[in-house]
Amino acid sequence: MSAPAASTRAERRARVVIAGNPNTGKTTVFNRLTGAHQKVGNYAGVTVEIHEGRLALGRRGQVDLLDVPGAYSLSARSREEELAIQAIAGLEPFESPDLVVVVADATQISRNLYFVLQVLELGLPCMIALNMTDMLGERGLVVDARALERELGVRVVETAATSGKGIDALLAAIGSELERSAEYEPRRLAIPESPELAEDVHLVSKALPAAWSRGNRQRERALALWALLSLEEHDELVDIPQALRVCVNERRELAAKSGRSIDTEIIQGRYSWIDSRLPQFLHQPQHKPRSRTERIDSLLLNPVAGFALFLLLMGVVFQSLFTWASPMMSVIEGVFDWLAGWMRAAIPAGIGRDFLTEGLVAGVGSVLVFLPQILLLFLFIGLMEDTGYMARAAFLMDRVMRSIGLSGRAFVPMISGYACAVPAILATRTMERQRDRTLTMLVIPLMTCSARLPVYALMIGALFPPSEVFGFVPVQGLLMVGMYLFSTIMALVAAAVLSRTLFKARTPPLILEMPPYRIPHWPSVLRMMWQRSRAFLEQAGGVILACTVVLWVLLNFPRDEQRAASFESQRQALVAQGLPHDELDARESAENMRTSWGGRLGHAIEPTLAPLGFDWKIGIGLVGAFAAREVFVTTMGVVYGAGDGVNEESSTLRGKIKAESRADGKPVYTPLVGLSLMVFFALACQCMSTLAAVKRETQGWKWPVFMFAYMGVLAWVASFAVFQGGRALGFE
Amino acid sequence: MRPLSELRPGDRARLTRVGGERGFRRRLMEMGILPGTEVRLVRSVGIGDLIELEVRGAYISLRLSEAQSLFLEPPR
Repeated sequence: MSAPAASTRAERRARVVIAGNPNTGKTTVFNRLTGAHQKVGNYAGVTVEIHEGRLALGRRGQVDLLDVPGAYSLSARSREEELAIQAIAGLEPFESPDLVVVVADATQISRNLYFVLQVLELGLPCMIALNMTDMLGERGLVVDARALERELGVRVVETAATSGKGIDALLAAIGSELERSAEYEPRRLAIPESPELAEDVHLVSKALPAAWSRGNRQRERALALWALLSLEEHDELVDIPQALRVCVNERRELAAKSGRSIDTEIIQGRYSWIDSRLPQFLHQPQHKPRSRTERIDSLLLNPVAGFALFLLLMGVVFQSLFTWASPMMSVIEGVFDWLAGWMRAAIPAGIGRDFLTEGLVAGVGSVLVFLPQILLLFLFIGLMEDTGYMARAAFLMDRVMRSIGLSGRAFVPMISGYACAVPAILATRTMERQRDRTLTMLVIPLMTCSARLPVYALMIGALFPPSEVFGFVPVQGLLMVGMYLFSTIMALVAAAVLSRTLFKARTPPLILEMPPYRIPHWPSVLRMMWQRSRAFLEQAGGVILACTVVLWVLLNFPRDEQRAASFESQRQALVAQGLPHDELDARESAENMRTSWGGRLGHAIEPTLAPLGFDWKIGIGLVGAFAAREVFVTTMGVVYGAGDGVNEESSTLRGKIKAESRADGKPVYTPLVGLSLMVFFALACQCMSTLAAVKRETQGWKWPVFMFAYMGVLAWVASFAVFQGGRALGFE
Repeated sequence: MRPLSELRPGDRARLTRVGGERGFRRRLMEMGILPGTEVRLVRSVGIGDLIELEVRGAYISLRLSEAQSLFLEPPR
């Protein structure tokens, strides 16, 4: 490589890239090297996590460390994979690395060397962290690191990152390799190629942009091989010049006509090179014993026992999102209630105080209240990934999820939606393809999340008698179970429909690596949990906060000063007589809400809600519920003058709801209206946090807007069918 | 040529052909599953229609329908 001038090299910090196959313990090595000094980098158009860290190397000073996502190869089809090759080869927007450390799994050395070979072909300064050396003995394998060094011509350091063995040696080696890389002489690899392939490479390398090859012949050849292996008509790569695409297509078509497969030639050439040298450094036993992982899997992948254990585990996860998170959520809510109360006492009354307490503090609180569930879910996901169980979950669920056009990996995010859609949407990151991620995100909010429960509890409690059917099945419980079933079926149907229409694509083939079982490395799991949660707070938090403030303004403005003065004088009169004024306060709040912009909005949308059996007051509740579904209960409390701060158990609110009547004296709420309302809540996307999370994960407004629209239409149609159908059958 | 699906759990054999759509076979070959590679069938799970292979020390699962495009050397 044409080395930059020595002076610029001394001025800037050295850059080291950590790369390698998935499941090699790459991230653990990265964490061991950087400790707490790291952050998740942001790159346009991708949600894949690229971690950046810093490393202190004695004499050398600070070194920048980049952890690129694990891959089996440098060839790329998705934007994520393109980013990895750009980071390693030092293409825009990345600077050239001074050293590439390939973390290789010692127990699967041949496959890992395929990756090493591509880095060497590029002529990059490279060394190997031969990881998982502690797992060799169990398999009866011996890898001779010195012989490997001789064969490859690069430094090899043996590590066992989980226990921290070899990390100091790795640090020292990185330091000395960086010293050497100034006068680095790239290793010349001679992987034999046919005259035909040499011709392909020659022609493609002429179409490469000059900035890629930098006049270096070896690098030019490697990038030409990369282009031949990567490019195709429907890839998602964005930084490829058209001329290069045309050239690669021509060569591939020509090869196909004469019965050649360029892919096979390139890949087989590399593997032949590796396989012919394998005996020099790898000693395998003649008879391999059945590994521990295989024995565990004969239970965990068993069609009966494996399924039962998986469902049990999911039950624990699901239950804990409800029960373990709720005390922490109450604490957070308590803190923010206290803060609002303290502000009310400390700041003189006025719009400024109301904004601080009801808008800002409530807004920040509504973001932070998700934190316990998000942390818990990411803890479980991190543990499942780190132990290797996640691949087994995908294995077990593949068949079921395939029938609705998704892969097995979609199951865990979907079931997490029962607790809360926000962490569930963040959990879709464990899926590989953008299509699968988006499709899963679009159906997750249909699962019955915990925020719907207060609404269901209010409606069922107020409108359905605590009686029993068949003498022993309670009607109220039956309705609750029915709502869960209904939402689950709707989510599955929606996924099946979307995957056959908007997301029409053949279900992608499944190639699922089952990594060996491992004891989780807790620091890595906890760090990942925190980093993912923080990314959510930072990026979705702003949208949620803004929406809360807008809703507060809608429900509180404009103010009628005359009315306020009149209520105030009545209140003074009551105080003077020593009488309570709670009822007056409640009436004032209800009046204010009726004339607010939100109240007018409720009136304005009444014609569209009437066919569902809803009046304008419910309309206000639906507007307020956009902040979060459970806000419906408190909004209704204010609208019906039951006072502030009621909950779904409030007998005042239940009573008011039952007593509410229309102009003709008939009750507003009948069991049929309640059912229609619950169906609406089951299907409508009344949750700004969900929309904010989807916007963050899909990097745009397209999918959140689509989601809001399709769920809204679905909710309206279903409620219409329930209400009008019920009336046709003679119900009120 | 006999398809991979004819293998019984525990059996080993060498591949002669890796077929399927381009992305699928490229990924398989890059993982070291190429013509000439020895594979062992670890398990075949009827309910999920999935099979698990051991190749080069790694465990890889494929759908049975997609594994139909992989072919084995005739038995010796």
